[in-house]
Amino acid sequence: MVNNNNDYWKANIALIIKCLSIWFVVSYLFGIVLVDVLNTVRLGGYKLGFWFAQQGSIYTFVVLVFYYAKSMGKIDKKFNVHEK
Amino acid sequence: MDLQTLTVLFVGITFAIYIGIAFWTRAGSTHEFYVAGGGIHPIANGMATAADWMSAASFISMAGLIAFYGYGGSVFLMGWTGGYVLLAMLLAPYLRKHGSFTVPEFISDRYYSKAARVVAVICLIIASVTYVIGQMKGIGVAFSRFLEVEYETGLVTGMVIVAFYAVMGGMKGITYTQIAQYVIMIIAYTIPAVFISFMLTGNPIPQLGLGSEMADGTYLLDKLDQVVTQLGFTEYTTQARLSTTNMFVYTLSLMIGTAGLPHVIMRFFTVSSVKAARESAGWALVFIALLYTTAPAVAAMARLNLMQTIDQPTQAQNLAYADRPTWFKNWEKTGLLKFEDKNNDGLIQYTGDKKTNEMVKVDKDIMVLANPEIAGLPNWVIAIVAAGGLAAALSTAAGLLLAIASSISHDLLKGVWRPNISEKDELMYSRMSMIGAILVAGYYGFNPPDFAAGTVALAFGLAASSIFPALMMGIFSKKMNKEGAIAGMLSGIGITLLYVFQHKGIMFVKSTSFLGDMGPNWFLGIEPNAFGAIGALVNFAVAFLVMSRTKKIPKKIEKMIENIRIPVSN
Repeated sequence: MVNNNNDYWKANIALIIKCLSIWFVVSYLFGIVLVDVLNTVRLGGYKLGFWFAQQGSIYTFVVLVFYYAKSMGKIDKKFNVHEK
Repeated sequence: MDLQTLTVLFVGITFAIYIGIAFWTRAGSTHEFYVAGGGIHPIANGMATAADWMSAASFISMAGLIAFYGYGGSVFLMGWTGGYVLLAMLLAPYLRKHGSFTVPEFISDRYYSKAARVVAVICLIIASVTYVIGQMKGIGVAFSRFLEVEYETGLVTGMVIVAFYAVMGGMKGITYTQIAQYVIMIIAYTIPAVFISFMLTGNPIPQLGLGSEMADGTYLLDKLDQVVTQLGFTEYTTQARLSTTNMFVYTLSLMIGTAGLPHVIMRFFTVSSVKAARESAGWALVFIALLYTTAPAVAAMARLNLMQTIDQPTQAQNLAYADRPTWFKNWEKTGLLKFEDKNNDGLIQYTGDKKTNEMVKVDKDIMVLANPEIAGLPNWVIAIVAAGGLAAALSTAAGLLLAIASSISHDLLKGVWRPNISEKDELMYSRMSMIGAILVAGYYGFNPPDFAAGTVALAFGLAASSIFPALMMGIFSKKMNKEGAIAGMLSGIGITLLYVFQHKGIMFVKSTSFLGDMGPNWFLGIEPNAFGAIGALVNFAVAFLVMSRTKKIPKKIEKMIENIRIPVSN
């Protein structure tokens, strides 16, 4: 058990940066900036870039939010700041 | 039973349910009125948030916009879902920990300043009222179609119903009603999508149907690309919204705006703990994603059906105006669909070329409602869609009105002008401000600045440029002081409003636009609806600049920030 609010906050920031990097890649990079490149690949009837923009990014967002909630739950416990 | 009777029946039953719930769970205290007593389960809250969130813009307007913008419409899909990632990680848990009734209340505590609170209220009201205007357009479209009256009459009917309904319940009533509305909304959105997806591709799951083959062996999206390009429109799957830069900034504006909209943030004050706030954001996004991943399928399939109903491989076989189907006639009555026989051949030509195109008006906001009719689905499906569209519009309008009302009665009256006001009077003023907001929004509903989703996008820009940065800096910076925050909010929303009004006219009165010799979208080709992200950047920059030249924040505020960062003090 660790007991340091500063380290707790740092752990939180590190997790946020990790999640937001993925958030950025699937939407802004795959869905917008690199869309033409990805569109040369196909996923069934979908062009891949188009799929990320209209489907894939949204699925990723859902997973990210739950992953963050679950990981933060663990971090809360580790630093002993969790709600009873 | 005919469509009119069925629609009235379905809408009537659902309204009876909402009003019953609103009455049964009506709020008795301010605590119940603003935050529903603070004990809503995360899944229930997620569902209510989804209903609160998905408005007429999502339900009625968005798929219609995507149908015509194609790939460019992705900004709405990514923007209005990705914001929840920001909300879940950057705002919701900490704001829940702090525990307040309203967003301006948090800003007032964090920036130890009543002036900051008043500025936050002003930003909140500007953003929320713009948002309600977008809803009013959607409500007007829905009622005009189902009562078979002009758009304006539909709008007034809608205003009266929203007023009656939102004023009574408060947050407690609204939360439970919104859960019912979510269920009706998602059923109404999914059923026709499943039907149409199955009819076109044989796959009943719309998310998969969109990527599947049609009966003739070509992929649906390829077919659509082929049909629209032949008629002179831009290719569906690659049609960008103006430019890559514009799409990037537009998406960012919608995401930041989502996380900065007070009526969504408020929902996270209603759960019981920090942990519940994090999970609730996830559940909200699940319920939203159900509709948002269906929407692109609805959009593409509606576009294909519309094109194929009217245009045939050779022009001579096109649909004759005299043989037009019932849905065509019904939408003509609302004035939202117009045909003009330019070459006097009695046939309808629908093309991408302005000179030969005879469908002179196809309001994008009618697509979702017209879609089941165009596809020839049974009347009961069409009636359900009507009920769903109204549920979407009502639930969001109610949530927004609550945010506006609480900021006036709780933040301005109780917080600043009359701290000794009784709880009963506070509730009364709150209800009065709701009615005021409905009247203002109704006025703009008659002169909407854009399509429902476009107007709503403006509201996001305004929230993105003012409220989100102030909240985020309040949590993530231990140094940000009141001077910085106030200057940031004012300059962020100021510059965004300036850009918007420059294009769309002062207070959206078109004749007062002042572009002068600057071309439209002069700043890096960014359209006004997308400008919020730039406004947010300005907000951050100005805030830090001003902060570096003004007084440090008090020690006790530093303590407060440390405290909101951890779920429980150890």
